[in-house]
Amino acid sequence: MTLDVLSAGPMLTVQDAGRFGLRHMGVSPAGPIDRAAMALANGLVGNAPGAAALEFAGPAGSFRCDRPVRFAIAAADCVIRIDKRVVLAGESHRLNPGETLTVGAPDGAVWAYLAFSGGLDLPGVLGSCATHLRSGLGGIEGRAVRAGDRLPLGEQTPDAPCLRPESPVFLHEEGPIRLVLGPQDSSFSPEVIRSLTEREFIVTPQRDRMAMVLGGVELPAAKGHDIVSDGTVPGSVQVPGSGMPLVLLAESQTTGGYPKIGTVASVDLARLAQMPVGARFRFSLVTPAEGEDLWIAKQARLRQMLRSFVAKPESVLRSDYLLSCELVGGFYDVEEILRPVTLPDRDRRP
Amino acid sequence: MTPRLLLCGDSALTIQIGETIDAECNARIIALAAEVEAAVRAGALEGVQDIVPTYRSLLVCYDPERIRGAELGSRLLVLAGQPRETAQARRLWRVPCLYGGEVGQDLEEMARMKGLTPEELIALHSGADYRVYMIGFAPGFAYLGGQPEILHTPRLPKPRQNIPRGAIGIGGQQGNINSVAGPSGWRFLGWTPVRSFDASRPEPFLFRAGDHVRFHPIDAEEARVLEARSAAGKMIVTPEEIGL
Repeated sequence: MTLDVLSAGPMLTVQDAGRFGLRHMGVSPAGPIDRAAMALANGLVGNAPGAAALEFAGPAGSFRCDRPVRFAIAAADCVIRIDKRVVLAGESHRLNPGETLTVGAPDGAVWAYLAFSGGLDLPGVLGSCATHLRSGLGGIEGRAVRAGDRLPLGEQTPDAPCLRPESPVFLHEEGPIRLVLGPQDSSFSPEVIRSLTEREFIVTPQRDRMAMVLGGVELPAAKGHDIVSDGTVPGSVQVPGSGMPLVLLAESQTTGGYPKIGTVASVDLARLAQMPVGARFRFSLVTPAEGEDLWIAKQARLRQMLRSFVAKPESVLRSDYLLSCELVGGFYDVEEILRPVTLPDRDRRP
Repeated sequence: MTPRLLLCGDSALTIQIGETIDAECNARIIALAAEVEAAVRAGALEGVQDIVPTYRSLLVCYDPERIRGAELGSRLLVLAGQPRETAQARRLWRVPCLYGGEVGQDLEEMARMKGLTPEELIALHSGADYRVYMIGFAPGFAYLGGQPEILHTPRLPKPRQNIPRGAIGIGGQQGNINSVAGPSGWRFLGWTPVRSFDASRPEPFLFRAGDHVRFHPIDAEEARVLEARSAAGKMIVTPEEIGL
Protein backbone atom coordinates (compact mmCIF):
# COMPACT_ATOMS: atom_id res chain seq x y z
CA MET A 1 0.00 0.00 0.00
CA THR A 2 2.70 2.36 -1.06
CA LEU A 3 3.15 5.04 -3.67
CA ASP A 4 6.68 5.10 -5.03
CA VAL A 5 7.97 8.44 -6.22
CA LEU A 6 10.18 7.73 -9.24
CA SER A 7 10.82 11.38 -10.01
CA ALA A 8 9.56 14.59 -8.40
CA GLY A 9 9.14 18.13 -9.66
CA PRO A 10 10.59 21.14 -7.82
CA MET A 11 7.51 21.90 -5.72
CA LEU A 12 5.70 18.71 -4.77
CA THR A 13 4.37 18.61 -1.20
CA VAL A 14 2.00 16.57 0.93
CA GLN A 15 -0.99 18.66 2.10
CA ASP A 16 -4.12 17.96 4.09
CA ALA A 17 -6.81 20.25 5.55
CA GLY A 18 -4.13 22.03 7.60
CA ARG A 19 -2.87 22.52 11.15
CA PHE A 20 -5.38 24.41 13.28
CA GLY A 21 -5.54 25.57 16.88
CA LEU A 22 -1.81 26.35 17.32
CA ARG A 23 -1.55 29.80 15.77
CA HIS A 24 -1.01 31.27 19.23
CA MET A 25 2.22 29.24 19.32
CA GLY A 26 3.27 30.62 15.96
CA VAL A 27 2.21 27.56 13.97
CA SER A 28 0.90 28.37 10.48
CA PRO A 29 -2.16 26.46 9.28
CA ALA A 30 -0.40 25.39 6.02
CA GLY A 31 -2.64 23.09 3.94
CA PRO A 32 -3.47 23.58 0.26
CA ILE A 33 -3.12 26.92 -1.56
CA ASP A 34 -6.33 26.06 -3.44
CA ARG A 35 -8.61 24.29 -0.99
CA ALA A 36 -11.48 23.88 -3.50
CA ALA A 37 -9.22 22.26 -6.09
CA MET A 38 -7.84 19.81 -3.53
CA ALA A 39 -11.39 18.99 -2.41
CA LEU A 40 -12.27 18.28 -6.05
CA ALA A 41 -9.28 15.95 -6.57
CA ASN A 42 -10.09 14.12 -3.32
CA GLY A 43 -13.81 13.92 -4.12
CA LEU A 44 -13.11 12.31 -7.50
CA VAL A 45 -11.37 9.39 -5.76
CA GLY A 46 -13.97 9.08 -2.99
CA ASN A 47 -11.89 10.79 -0.26
CA ALA A 48 -12.97 13.42 2.25
CA PRO A 49 -12.17 16.97 1.00
CA GLY A 50 -9.20 17.37 3.34
CA ALA A 51 -7.60 13.93 2.90
CA ALA A 52 -3.82 14.05 2.46
CA ALA A 53 -2.89 14.51 -1.21
CA LEU A 54 -0.04 15.96 -3.26
CA GLU A 55 0.13 19.61 -4.25
CA PHE A 56 2.44 20.60 -7.10
CA ALA A 57 3.61 23.65 -9.03
CA GLY A 58 5.63 22.83 -12.13
CA PRO A 59 5.78 19.16 -13.18
CA ALA A 60 4.59 16.78 -10.43
CA GLY A 61 6.78 13.81 -11.37
CA SER A 62 6.27 10.10 -11.94
CA PHE A 63 4.78 7.52 -9.61
CA ARG A 64 4.06 3.83 -9.19
CA CYS A 65 1.84 1.99 -6.76
CA ASP A 66 1.95 -1.54 -5.37
CA ARG A 67 -1.82 -2.10 -5.45
CA PRO A 68 -4.56 -0.86 -7.78
CA VAL A 69 -5.60 2.68 -6.87
CA ARG A 70 -7.72 5.44 -8.35
CA PHE A 71 -6.20 8.87 -8.77
CA ALA A 72 -7.40 12.27 -9.93
CA ILE A 73 -5.78 15.59 -10.76
CA ALA A 74 -7.59 18.88 -10.29
CA ALA A 75 -7.10 22.65 -10.62
CA ALA A 76 -5.73 22.64 -14.15
CA ASP A 77 -5.17 20.63 -17.28
CA CYS A 78 -1.79 19.03 -17.50
CA VAL A 79 -0.20 16.24 -19.46
CA ILE A 80 -1.02 13.04 -17.57
CA ARG A 81 0.14 9.64 -18.80
CA ILE A 82 -0.40 6.12 -17.56
CA ASP A 83 2.59 4.53 -19.25
CA LYS A 84 2.10 5.96 -22.75
CA ARG A 85 -1.66 6.46 -22.58
CA VAL A 86 -2.76 10.08 -22.11
CA VAL A 87 -5.64 10.65 -19.65
CA LEU A 88 -7.55 13.73 -18.56
CA ALA A 89 -7.40 15.93 -15.47
CA GLY A 90 -10.67 16.55 -13.65
CA GLU A 91 -11.79 12.90 -13.50
CA SER A 92 -10.45 9.79 -11.81
CA HIS A 93 -8.51 6.93 -13.39
CA ARG A 94 -7.15 3.60 -12.31
CA LEU A 95 -3.45 3.05 -11.80
CA ASN A 96 -2.32 -0.55 -11.52
CA PRO A 97 0.88 -2.03 -10.15
CA GLY A 98 3.50 -2.05 -12.87
CA GLU A 99 2.13 1.06 -14.57
CA THR A 100 3.91 4.41 -14.35
CA LEU A 101 1.90 7.58 -13.82
CA THR A 102 3.59 10.70 -15.17
CA VAL A 103 2.16 14.13 -14.40
CA GLY A 104 3.35 17.30 -16.12
CA ALA A 105 3.04 20.96 -15.10
CA PRO A 106 -0.37 22.59 -14.59
CA ASP A 107 -1.45 24.50 -17.68
CA GLY A 108 -3.30 27.76 -16.97
CA ALA A 109 -2.89 27.54 -13.19
CA VAL A 110 0.01 27.43 -10.78
CA TRP A 111 -0.98 24.96 -8.06
CA ALA A 112 -2.61 21.61 -8.86
CA TYR A 113 -3.54 18.52 -6.82
CA LEU A 114 -2.97 14.81 -7.24
CA ALA A 115 -5.13 12.68 -4.95
CA PHE A 116 -5.15 8.89 -4.52
CA SER A 117 -8.03 6.74 -3.28
CA GLY A 118 -7.54 6.17 0.44
CA GLY A 119 -5.37 9.29 0.69
CA LEU A 120 -1.74 9.44 1.78
CA ASP A 121 -1.39 7.86 5.20
CA LEU A 122 1.41 9.79 6.90
CA PRO A 123 1.88 10.45 10.62
CA GLY A 124 0.66 13.87 11.77
CA VAL A 125 3.01 16.45 13.29
CA LEU A 126 1.19 18.79 15.72
CA GLY A 127 -2.11 17.34 14.47
CA SER A 128 -1.68 17.42 10.69
CA CYS A 129 0.49 16.02 7.93
CA ALA A 130 0.32 19.24 5.89
CA THR A 131 3.86 20.22 4.88
CA HIS A 132 5.00 23.61 6.18
CA LEU A 133 8.29 24.08 4.36
CA ARG A 134 9.48 27.19 6.25
CA SER A 135 9.36 25.52 9.63
CA GLY A 136 10.03 21.99 8.38
CA LEU A 137 6.80 20.48 9.67
CA GLY A 138 4.62 17.64 8.37
CA GLY A 139 4.72 15.75 5.07
CA ILE A 140 7.97 13.86 4.71
CA GLU A 141 10.50 15.27 7.21
CA GLY A 142 8.95 18.69 6.68
CA ARG A 143 10.35 18.97 3.16
CA ALA A 144 9.12 18.73 -0.41
CA VAL A 145 8.61 15.22 -1.83
CA ARG A 146 11.58 13.93 -3.84
CA ALA A 147 12.54 10.95 -6.01
CA GLY A 148 12.91 7.78 -3.97
CA ASP A 149 10.29 8.71 -1.38
CA ARG A 150 7.75 6.00 -0.56
CA LEU A 151 4.37 7.37 0.53
CA PRO A 152 2.05 5.03 2.43
CA LEU A 153 -1.52 4.92 1.10
CA GLY A 154 -4.63 4.65 3.29
CA GLU A 155 -7.46 2.12 3.16
CA GLN A 156 -9.73 2.33 0.11
CA THR A 157 -12.71 0.60 -1.47
CA PRO A 158 -11.01 -1.16 -4.38
CA ASP A 159 -14.11 -1.70 -6.51
CA ALA A 160 -15.52 1.83 -6.29
CA PRO A 161 -16.11 3.38 -9.72
CA CYS A 162 -14.00 6.09 -11.29
CA LEU A 163 -15.84 9.42 -11.17
CA ARG A 164 -16.22 12.57 -13.19
CA PRO A 165 -18.27 15.73 -12.59
CA GLU A 166 -21.72 15.75 -14.11
CA SER A 167 -21.06 19.08 -15.84
CA PRO A 168 -17.91 21.16 -16.41
CA VAL A 169 -16.44 22.52 -13.18
CA PHE A 170 -15.55 26.17 -12.71
CA LEU A 171 -13.70 26.44 -9.41
CA HIS A 172 -13.13 30.18 -9.54
CA GLU A 173 -15.01 33.26 -10.62
CA GLU A 174 -13.83 36.07 -12.88
CA GLY A 175 -13.50 39.82 -12.52
CA PRO A 176 -11.54 41.91 -10.02
CA ILE A 177 -10.01 40.35 -6.90
CA ARG A 178 -12.14 41.37 -3.95
CA LEU A 179 -10.42 42.96 -0.98
CA VAL A 180 -11.49 44.10 2.50
CA LEU A 181 -9.56 47.19 3.68
CA GLY A 182 -7.69 46.95 6.99
CA PRO A 183 -6.41 46.32 9.58
CA GLN A 184 -3.80 49.08 8.92
CA ASP A 185 -5.34 50.92 5.95
CA SER A 186 -5.08 54.11 8.04
CA SER A 187 -1.26 53.90 7.62
CA PHE A 188 -1.77 54.84 3.95
CA SER A 189 -2.81 58.13 2.33
CA PRO A 190 -6.20 58.40 0.54
CA GLU A 191 -4.33 58.57 -2.82
CA VAL A 192 -2.59 55.26 -2.11
CA ILE A 193 -5.91 53.68 -1.08
CA ARG A 194 -7.43 54.94 -4.37
CA SER A 195 -4.54 53.49 -6.39
CA LEU A 196 -5.43 50.08 -4.91
CA THR A 197 -8.59 49.91 -7.00
CA GLU A 198 -7.76 52.30 -9.84
CA ARG A 199 -4.52 50.78 -11.04
CA GLU A 200 -3.45 47.38 -12.35
CA PHE A 201 -1.27 45.01 -10.33
CA ILE A 202 1.03 42.43 -11.89
CA VAL A 203 1.86 38.97 -10.54
CA THR A 204 5.66 38.77 -10.12
CA PRO A 205 7.86 35.65 -10.13
CA GLN A 206 8.58 36.16 -6.41
CA ARG A 207 6.11 33.65 -5.05
CA ASP A 208 5.97 30.47 -3.06
CA ARG A 209 3.55 28.76 -0.66
CA MET A 210 4.04 31.49 1.93
CA ALA A 211 3.39 34.62 -0.10
CA MET A 212 3.30 36.26 -3.51
CA VAL A 213 4.78 39.66 -4.27
CA LEU A 214 2.73 42.00 -6.46
CA GLY A 215 4.21 44.55 -8.84
CA GLY A 216 2.82 47.36 -10.95
CA VAL A 217 1.77 49.68 -8.13
CA GLU A 218 3.85 50.88 -5.19
CA LEU A 219 2.03 51.49 -1.94
CA PRO A 220 4.12 53.78 0.28
CA ALA A 221 2.84 53.95 3.88
CA ALA A 222 2.50 57.54 5.15
CA LYS A 223 2.98 56.34 8.72
CA GLY A 224 6.00 54.14 7.89
CA HIS A 225 6.42 50.44 7.22
CA ASP A 226 7.13 49.27 10.77
CA ILE A 227 4.21 48.49 13.04
CA VAL A 228 4.08 46.76 16.39
CA SER A 229 3.72 43.17 15.14
CA ASP A 230 0.20 41.79 15.17
CA GLY A 231 -1.72 38.82 13.80
CA THR A 232 -1.78 37.96 10.09
CA VAL A 233 -3.93 35.57 8.07
CA PRO A 234 -3.72 34.00 4.62
CA GLY A 235 -4.91 36.84 2.39
CA SER A 236 -3.26 39.63 4.41
CA VAL A 237 -1.75 42.22 2.04
CA GLN A 238 1.41 43.31 3.84
CA VAL A 239 3.41 46.27 2.57
CA PRO A 240 7.13 46.22 3.53
CA GLY A 241 9.46 49.18 3.05
CA SER A 242 9.91 48.41 -0.67
CA GLY A 243 6.27 49.51 -1.16
CA MET A 244 5.63 46.28 -3.08
CA PRO A 245 2.63 44.51 -1.58
CA LEU A 246 3.00 40.92 -0.46
CA VAL A 247 -0.09 38.69 -0.24
CA LEU A 248 0.20 35.96 2.38
CA LEU A 249 -0.92 32.46 1.32
CA ALA A 250 -1.57 29.08 2.99
CA GLU A 251 1.90 28.86 4.51
CA SER A 252 1.59 32.36 5.95
CA GLN A 253 3.34 33.31 9.17
CA THR A 254 0.97 33.96 12.11
CA THR A 255 2.14 37.51 12.90
CA GLY A 256 3.99 40.24 11.09
CA GLY A 257 5.39 43.72 11.55
CA TYR A 258 4.50 45.35 8.24
CA PRO A 259 1.31 47.39 7.87
CA LYS A 260 -1.48 45.43 6.19
CA ILE A 261 -3.45 47.62 3.81
CA GLY A 262 -6.14 45.00 3.25
CA THR A 263 -7.10 41.34 3.24
CA VAL A 264 -8.03 39.45 0.06
CA ALA A 265 -11.58 38.08 0.35
CA SER A 266 -11.52 34.34 1.12
CA VAL A 267 -13.54 33.65 -2.02
CA ASP A 268 -10.79 35.10 -4.26
CA LEU A 269 -7.53 34.18 -2.52
CA ALA A 270 -7.01 30.89 -4.38
CA ARG A 271 -7.96 32.56 -7.67
CA LEU A 272 -5.26 35.19 -7.13
CA ALA A 273 -2.71 32.53 -6.10
CA GLN A 274 -3.48 30.58 -9.29
CA MET A 275 -2.70 33.53 -11.61
CA PRO A 276 0.40 32.98 -13.73
CA VAL A 277 3.43 35.28 -13.49
CA GLY A 278 2.81 38.42 -15.54
CA ALA A 279 -0.98 38.29 -15.13
CA ARG A 280 -2.58 41.71 -14.60
CA PHE A 281 -5.54 42.27 -12.36
CA ARG A 282 -7.43 44.86 -10.33
CA PHE A 283 -8.74 44.87 -6.80
CA SER A 284 -12.30 45.86 -5.88
CA LEU A 285 -13.37 46.64 -2.34
CA VAL A 286 -15.98 44.68 -0.40
CA THR A 287 -17.14 44.81 3.22
CA PRO A 288 -16.48 41.87 5.56
CA ALA A 289 -20.19 40.96 5.41
CA GLU A 290 -20.09 40.89 1.59
CA GLY A 291 -16.95 38.76 1.73
CA GLU A 292 -18.67 36.36 4.13
CA ASP A 293 -21.72 36.10 1.84
CA LEU A 294 -19.51 35.36 -1.18
CA TRP A 295 -17.60 32.71 0.78
CA ILE A 296 -20.75 31.05 2.12
CA ALA A 297 -22.20 30.91 -1.41
CA LYS A 298 -18.97 29.49 -2.78
CA GLN A 299 -18.86 26.78 -0.11
CA ALA A 300 -22.45 25.81 -0.97
CA ARG A 301 -21.54 25.55 -4.67
CA LEU A 302 -18.47 23.48 -3.82
CA ARG A 303 -20.49 21.04 -1.70
CA GLN A 304 -23.08 20.79 -4.48
CA MET A 305 -20.31 20.05 -6.96
CA LEU A 306 -18.80 17.38 -4.70
CA ARG A 307 -22.21 15.65 -4.53
CA SER A 308 -22.76 15.68 -8.28
CA PHE A 309 -20.09 13.25 -9.47
CA VAL A 310 -21.19 10.44 -11.72
CA ALA A 311 -19.53 7.10 -12.41
CA LYS A 312 -17.49 6.98 -15.59
CA PRO A 313 -18.48 4.26 -18.03
CA GLU A 314 -15.82 1.59 -17.82
CA SER A 315 -15.14 -1.48 -19.89
CA VAL A 316 -16.10 -4.74 -18.19
CA LEU A 317 -12.60 -5.84 -19.00
CA ARG A 318 -10.95 -3.46 -16.59
CA SER A 319 -7.22 -3.35 -16.81
CA ASP A 320 -6.77 -4.47 -13.20
CA TYR A 321 -8.99 -7.47 -13.91
CA LEU A 322 -6.90 -8.30 -16.95
CA LEU A 323 -3.73 -7.95 -14.98
CA SER A 324 -5.10 -10.35 -12.41
CA CYS A 325 -5.56 -12.88 -15.25
CA GLU A 326 -1.90 -12.42 -16.18
CA LEU A 327 -2.87 -11.88 -19.78
CA VAL A 328 -0.49 -9.05 -20.19
CA GLY A 329 2.72 -10.77 -19.22
CA GLY A 330 4.34 -10.82 -22.62
CA PHE A 331 1.86 -11.03 -25.43
CA TYR A 332 -0.70 -8.33 -25.12
CA ASP A 333 -0.84 -4.70 -24.18
CA VAL A 334 -3.80 -3.75 -21.99
CA GLU A 335 -4.55 -0.99 -24.47
CA GLU A 336 -4.80 -3.54 -27.30
CA ILE A 337 -7.32 -5.63 -25.42
CA LEU A 338 -9.49 -2.68 -24.40
CA ARG A 339 -9.61 -1.29 -27.95
CA PRO A 340 -12.95 -1.86 -29.74
CA VAL A 341 -12.87 -5.04 -31.75
CA THR A 342 -13.13 -4.72 -35.55
CA LEU A 343 -14.46 -7.84 -37.14
CA PRO A 344 -12.69 -9.10 -40.27
CA ASP A 345 -14.56 -8.63 -43.56
CA ARG A 346 -15.38 -12.25 -44.10
CA ASP A 347 -17.49 -12.39 -40.92
CA ARG A 348 -19.75 -9.58 -42.05
CA ARG A 349 -23.18 -10.72 -43.12
CA PRO A 350 -24.78 -9.09 -46.10
CA MET B 1 -6.93 52.10 26.07
CA THR B 2 -10.47 51.62 24.75
CA PRO B 3 -10.70 48.33 22.88
CA ARG B 4 -11.51 48.70 19.19
CA LEU B 5 -12.06 46.31 16.31
CA LEU B 6 -9.82 46.23 13.21
CA LEU B 7 -10.99 44.50 10.03
CA CYS B 8 -8.96 41.48 8.88
CA GLY B 9 -11.03 40.28 5.95
CA ASP B 10 -14.06 38.03 6.08
CA SER B 11 -12.86 35.30 8.43
CA ALA B 12 -10.79 37.10 11.07
CA LEU B 13 -11.01 40.13 13.33
CA THR B 14 -8.47 41.95 15.44
CA ILE B 15 -9.43 43.52 18.74
CA GLN B 16 -6.82 46.11 19.65
CA ILE B 17 -6.33 47.57 23.11
CA GLY B 18 -3.35 49.92 22.67
CA GLU B 19 -0.90 51.35 20.14
CA THR B 20 2.42 50.71 21.83
CA ILE B 21 4.47 48.00 23.48
CA ASP B 22 3.51 48.11 27.11
CA ALA B 23 3.44 45.31 29.66
CA GLU B 24 0.10 46.27 31.19
CA CYS B 25 -1.66 46.31 27.82
CA ASN B 26 -0.01 43.00 26.91
CA ALA B 27 -1.16 41.43 30.20
CA ARG B 28 -4.74 42.49 29.36
CA ILE B 29 -4.43 40.82 25.95
CA ILE B 30 -3.13 37.59 27.49
CA ALA B 31 -6.08 37.67 29.93
CA LEU B 32 -8.57 38.36 27.10
CA ALA B 33 -7.12 35.47 25.07
CA ALA B 34 -7.63 33.18 28.07
CA GLU B 35 -11.26 34.32 28.35
CA VAL B 36 -11.99 33.78 24.67
CA GLU B 37 -10.37 30.34 24.89
CA ALA B 38 -12.51 29.49 27.92
CA ALA B 39 -15.68 30.67 26.16
CA VAL B 40 -14.82 28.54 23.11
CA ARG B 41 -14.10 25.48 25.28
CA ALA B 42 -17.37 25.98 27.15
CA GLY B 43 -19.26 26.07 23.84
CA ALA B 44 -20.36 29.66 24.51
CA LEU B 45 -18.58 31.08 21.44
CA GLU B 46 -19.29 29.16 18.22
CA GLY B 47 -17.21 29.18 15.07
CA VAL B 48 -13.90 30.46 16.52
CA GLN B 49 -11.06 28.49 14.92
CA ASP B 50 -7.88 30.08 16.20
CA ILE B 51 -6.75 33.01 18.31
CA VAL B 52 -3.46 34.90 18.25
CA PRO B 53 -2.66 37.15 21.21
CA THR B 54 -0.01 39.74 20.27
CA TYR B 55 1.60 42.77 21.96
CA ARG B 56 -1.50 44.90 22.07
CA SER B 57 -4.19 43.05 20.15
CA LEU B 58 -5.92 39.72 19.76
CA LEU B 59 -6.54 38.19 16.33
CA VAL B 60 -9.58 35.88 16.25
CA CYS B 61 -10.10 33.60 13.23
CA TYR B 62 -13.65 32.43 12.61
CA ASP B 63 -15.70 30.34 10.25
CA PRO B 64 -18.26 32.64 8.57
CA GLU B 65 -20.54 29.65 8.03
CA ARG B 66 -20.88 29.34 11.84
CA ILE B 67 -20.63 32.92 13.10
CA ARG B 68 -20.71 36.27 11.33
CA GLY B 69 -17.97 38.80 11.98
CA ALA B 70 -20.42 41.47 13.13
CA GLU B 71 -21.78 39.25 15.92
CA LEU B 72 -18.35 37.96 16.92
CA GLY B 73 -17.00 41.52 17.05
CA SER B 74 -19.65 42.75 19.44
CA ARG B 75 -19.16 39.72 21.69
CA LEU B 76 -15.39 40.29 21.74
CA LEU B 77 -15.91 43.94 22.71
CA VAL B 78 -18.07 42.83 25.64
CA LEU B 79 -15.39 40.38 26.81
CA ALA B 80 -12.66 43.02 26.41
CA GLY B 81 -14.70 45.52 28.42
CA GLN B 82 -14.50 43.32 31.52
CA PRO B 83 -10.74 43.06 32.13
CA ARG B 84 -9.61 40.36 34.50
CA GLU B 85 -6.16 39.66 35.88
CA THR B 86 -4.62 36.26 35.37
CA ALA B 87 -2.21 35.00 37.98
CA GLN B 88 0.54 33.30 36.00
CA ALA B 89 3.88 32.62 37.73
CA ARG B 90 6.60 34.47 35.82
CA ARG B 91 9.56 32.56 34.50
CA LEU B 92 13.04 33.92 33.70
CA TRP B 93 15.14 32.28 30.99
CA ARG B 94 18.88 33.02 30.86
CA VAL B 95 19.76 32.61 27.18
CA PRO B 96 23.40 32.27 26.06
CA CYS B 97 24.30 34.38 23.01
CA LEU B 98 27.30 34.26 20.69
CA TYR B 99 27.49 37.92 19.59
CA GLY B 100 28.77 38.96 16.15
CA GLY B 101 30.20 36.51 13.63
CA GLU B 102 28.36 35.11 10.64
CA VAL B 103 24.89 35.08 12.18
CA GLY B 104 25.30 38.34 14.10
CA GLN B 105 26.17 39.98 10.79
CA ASP B 106 24.69 43.39 11.69
CA LEU B 107 26.51 43.88 15.03
CA GLU B 108 29.31 46.12 13.74
CA GLU B 109 27.16 48.20 11.40
CA MET B 110 24.57 48.74 14.13
CA ALA B 111 27.28 49.80 16.58
CA ARG B 112 28.52 52.33 13.99
CA MET B 113 24.94 53.60 13.41
CA LYS B 114 24.53 54.17 17.15
CA GLY B 115 28.02 55.64 17.69
CA LEU B 116 28.94 52.76 20.01
CA THR B 117 31.67 50.16 20.04
CA PRO B 118 30.47 46.58 19.44
CA GLU B 119 31.37 45.82 23.10
CA GLU B 120 29.17 48.69 24.33
CA LEU B 121 26.32 47.49 22.17
CA ILE B 122 26.69 43.92 23.52
CA ALA B 123 26.69 45.28 27.09
CA LEU B 124 23.45 47.18 26.43
CA HIS B 125 21.76 44.23 24.73
CA SER B 126 22.76 41.69 27.38
CA GLY B 127 22.10 44.08 30.26
CA ALA B 128 18.38 44.43 29.55
CA ASP B 129 15.45 42.50 31.01
CA TYR B 130 13.15 41.35 28.20
CA ARG B 131 9.56 40.28 28.40
CA VAL B 132 8.12 37.67 25.99
CA TYR B 133 5.15 39.67 24.72
CA MET B 134 3.99 37.11 22.25
CA ILE B 135 4.76 33.96 20.31
CA GLY B 136 4.24 34.37 16.59
CA PHE B 137 5.55 34.58 13.05
CA ALA B 138 6.97 31.03 13.22
CA PRO B 139 6.52 28.10 15.66
CA GLY B 140 7.82 29.11 19.10
CA PHE B 141 9.19 32.47 17.82
CA ALA B 142 9.40 34.80 20.84
CA TYR B 143 8.88 38.54 20.38
CA LEU B 144 10.74 40.39 23.10
CA GLY B 145 9.96 43.79 24.54
CA GLY B 146 12.14 45.78 26.91
CA GLN B 147 14.84 46.62 24.39
CA PRO B 148 16.87 49.70 25.49
CA GLU B 149 15.67 52.62 23.36
CA ILE B 150 19.06 53.27 21.77
CA LEU B 151 18.89 49.79 20.19
CA HIS B 152 15.57 50.46 18.44
CA THR B 153 16.32 50.17 14.68
CA PRO B 154 13.97 49.95 11.68
CA ARG B 155 13.77 46.66 9.81
CA LEU B 156 15.70 46.27 6.54
CA PRO B 157 13.76 47.56 3.50
CA LYS B 158 14.17 44.18 1.83
CA PRO B 159 14.01 40.97 3.91
CA ARG B 160 16.97 38.56 3.70
CA GLN B 161 16.07 35.11 2.46
CA ASN B 162 17.73 32.74 4.92
CA ILE B 163 18.36 33.61 8.55
CA PRO B 164 19.28 30.57 10.69
CA ARG B 165 17.46 29.18 13.70
CA GLY B 166 18.71 30.75 16.93
CA ALA B 167 19.52 34.14 15.37
CA ILE B 168 18.98 36.98 17.87
CA GLY B 169 17.88 40.24 16.35
CA ILE B 170 16.19 43.61 16.50
CA GLY B 171 13.21 44.81 14.42
CA GLY B 172 11.97 48.29 15.28
CA GLN B 173 11.68 48.37 19.08
CA GLN B 174 11.27 44.60 19.35
CA GLY B 175 13.79 41.86 19.99
CA ASN B 176 13.59 38.23 18.90
CA ILE B 177 15.03 34.75 18.98
CA ASN B 178 14.60 33.02 15.61
CA SER B 179 12.97 29.62 16.20
CA VAL B 180 13.33 28.18 12.69
CA ALA B 181 15.45 29.20 9.69
CA GLY B 182 13.69 31.52 7.26
CA PRO B 183 13.43 34.93 5.66
CA SER B 184 13.60 38.02 7.86
CA GLY B 185 13.92 41.76 7.58
CA TRP B 186 15.34 42.08 11.13
CA ARG B 187 18.91 43.05 11.99
CA PHE B 188 20.91 40.35 13.76
CA LEU B 189 23.42 40.73 16.58
CA GLY B 190 24.13 37.14 17.53
CA TRP B 191 23.11 33.52 17.78
CA THR B 192 21.98 31.10 20.50
CA PRO B 193 22.16 27.30 20.55
CA VAL B 194 18.89 27.31 22.56
CA ARG B 195 16.05 25.83 20.48
CA SER B 196 12.82 27.64 21.18
CA PHE B 197 10.96 25.12 19.03
CA ASP B 198 11.56 21.41 18.49
CA ALA B 199 8.56 19.34 17.31
CA SER B 200 10.25 16.14 18.53
CA ARG B 201 10.33 17.31 22.18
CA PRO B 202 7.42 16.38 24.46
CA GLU B 203 6.90 20.15 24.97
CA PRO B 204 7.72 21.55 21.52
CA PHE B 205 7.47 25.23 22.52
CA LEU B 206 9.99 26.67 25.02
CA PHE B 207 8.61 30.15 25.75
CA ARG B 208 5.15 31.44 26.52
CA ALA B 209 3.80 34.96 26.51
CA GLY B 210 4.61 36.69 29.82
CA ASP B 211 8.00 34.96 30.36
CA HIS B 212 11.18 36.99 30.97
CA VAL B 213 14.49 36.60 29.12
CA ARG B 214 18.04 37.83 29.73
CA PHE B 215 20.96 37.26 27.37
CA HIS B 216 24.54 36.53 28.41
CA PRO B 217 27.55 36.50 26.02
CA ILE B 218 29.31 33.22 25.34
CA ASP B 219 32.32 32.44 23.13
CA ALA B 220 32.41 30.25 20.02
CA GLU B 221 33.69 27.20 21.93
CA GLU B 222 30.88 27.36 24.52
CA ALA B 223 28.39 27.82 21.70
CA ARG B 224 29.73 24.71 19.94
CA VAL B 225 29.46 22.57 23.08
CA LEU B 226 25.92 23.81 23.86
CA GLU B 227 24.83 23.30 20.24
CA ALA B 228 25.99 19.68 20.36
CA ARG B 229 23.84 19.11 23.47
CA SER B 230 20.88 20.90 21.87
CA ALA B 231 21.22 18.80 18.72
CA ALA B 232 21.08 15.65 20.89
CA GLY B 233 17.62 16.76 22.10
CA LYS B 234 18.82 18.02 25.52
CA MET B 235 17.39 21.12 27.16
CA ILE B 236 20.32 23.48 27.74
CA VAL B 237 18.37 26.10 29.71
CA THR B 238 15.75 25.85 32.43
CA PRO B 239 13.66 28.76 33.64
CA GLU B 240 13.83 30.31 37.11
CA GLU B 241 10.53 31.14 38.82
CA ILE B 242 10.55 34.84 39.66
CA GLY B 243 7.11 35.12 41.26
CA LEU B 244 4.20 37.32 40.27
